[in-house]
Amino acid sequence: MNKRTSQRIAFGIFRILGISVVGILVGILGFIVYHGVGAVSWEFLTTAPSDGMTAGGIFPAIVGTLCLVAGSLTIAVPLGVMSAIYTTEYAGNGRVIRLIRIMTNNLSGIPSIIFGLFGMALFVNRLGFGDSILAGSCTLGLLVLPVVIRTTEEALKAIPDAFRTGSLALGATRLQTVGRILLPAAFPNIITGLILSVGRVAGETAPILFTVAAYFLPRLPESVFDQVMALPYHLYVIVTSGTDLEAARPVAYGTALVLIVLVLFMNLLASFFRKILDAKKG
Amino acid sequence: MIEAKNIDFYYGDFHALKNISMKMEAHTVTAFIGPSGCGKSTFLRLFNRMNDLIDATRLTGECRIDGADIYHKSVDVDELRKKVGMVFQKPNPFPKSVFENVAYGLRVGGMTDKNRIRQRVEAALTGAALWDEVKDKLKKSAFELSGGQQQRLCIARALAISPAILLMDEPASALDPVSTSKIEDLIHVLKKEYTLVIVTHNMQQAARVSDKTGFFMLGELVEFSDTKKMFLNPEKEETQNYLTGRFG
Ligand SMILES: Nc1ncnc2c1ncn2[C@@H]1O[C@H](COP(=O)(O)OP(=O)(O)OP(=O)(O)O)[C@@H](O)[C@H]1O
Ligand SMILES: [Mg+2]
Repeated sequence: MNKRTSQRIAFGIFRILGISVVGILVGILGFIVYHGVGAVSWEFLTTAPSDGMTAGGIFPAIVGTLCLVAGSLTIAVPLGVMSAIYTTEYAGNGRVIRLIRIMTNNLSGIPSIIFGLFGMALFVNRLGFGDSILAGSCTLGLLVLPVVIRTTEEALKAIPDAFRTGSLALGATRLQTVGRILLPAAFPNIITGLILSVGRVAGETAPILFTVAAYFLPRLPESVFDQVMALPYHLYVIVTSGTDLEAARPVAYGTALVLIVLVLFMNLLASFFRKILDAKKG
Repeated sequence: MIEAKNIDFYYGDFHALKNISMKMEAHTVTAFIGPSGCGKSTFLRLFNRMNDLIDATRLTGECRIDGADIYHKSVDVDELRKKVGMVFQKPNPFPKSVFENVAYGLRVGGMTDKNRIRQRVEAALTGAALWDEVKDKLKKSAFELSGGQQQRLCIARALAISPAILLMDEPASALDPVSTSKIEDLIHVLKKEYTLVIVTHNMQQAARVSDKTGFFMLGELVEFSDTKKMFLNPEKEETQNYLTGRFG
């Protein structure tokens, strides 16, 4: 077989594999949409579950998930961005930094159920937050921290050194250089990290299981110390337990659809935001 | 006045500058020439302490500006850099508008009065012979300017904070002949107000713009004298060889 034929065969295979990835994704989405679209209605989105969660809506779970996304990002973004600034812009390449790197990498390898357990021990019990949005947000915040750190680091490293030296040569301090040149330049790329985090936070079940998620709680939270329902956990509940599993099946698909749309919508919003920033920059 | 005395500089184990002493008078242009890797940029970066940013370097000797030791413990490096501006080989405008590029140093220095900033920006752009070309695009991105304009923008950026000294590391090497001659004209004008030190690979350029020239080779200052004398009648044989193109 000559070189060109074997190359053509190889790329043919790669191409088929590439297309099948798209196929799988479309398959999953299509499956969820097909089964879920019938359940989704205005009422479904705006009312609480009723009749042993076989009817009614999922409004409290949507609100709960939004709270958890907002809460965990509020915790993870400042922490993650600051520690990334420290590791890339201030610290050299000493032992402490290498230790931080290794720890960050390992943090992202820990199974999410372990985070749940740890979050329960620390935030719920030790710090006395109880089962609450605060405890859940802290736990989810820790979970996505490595993603935020990693993307911020990459975003900062992608900025040419000439900007740094140019700024310092004008008498700017390192902190001013970070605040006025580096962060604005890195911002669009940091947003990308947040997109990934949002999807992760909205979809995780294990970390919220012991820290915030309520089985059934039709009223809305009033403070960060309240429990909430959340979409992924709600989905788990109505599929595995309940008075009438068969009757609840459409609700499950409806919930899944809402979860996916919510994540996609947030991604779209973030990338739209990113486009605007990219256009404004430079 | 800039004064370097018995300067030795090391990158790790590498001995990059060897016992260099030199005096540069105020309101003169000093050119550094020499083959690639001989230490011109390293020597230049001593005077605004940009070498501090590089890990594992070591310096011995004395470095004074107007009599004050700029490596003394009590020296505030950020303040030093406001007095000793620098223009780099490759134009490096910030990803900001033309106006904001020039205003940057002022803002960083704590100036907030909008009118004063506008005046200083205009003065700096005029000083860098760029005002007429950009006065209608102050809000445009600096990246939309040509390479030569970008370099003059970087000069304007440095001038805006009124330094006493301007260090230029091959400021025209990335530019076309027309832009280069604009920069050279500018150097003649700037000399009236600033002390200039310029690294160049272009011998004619050194001859055209400078009052004094230092010839470096392998980390040593081989010869330092009036530019006219150096080009007409160099003292050392190495200088002669380099200038006539037999070396480097
Ligand atoms: N950051 C650094 N780390 C280690 N060695 C360096 C560093 N910068 C420069 N050097 C070395 O120091 C010597 C002098 O470098 P320098 O950049 O000052 O030379 P130069 O005369 O400016 O050369 P060129 O004309 O090519 O710009 C070179 O041998 C170079 O390899
Ligand atoms: Mg150089």
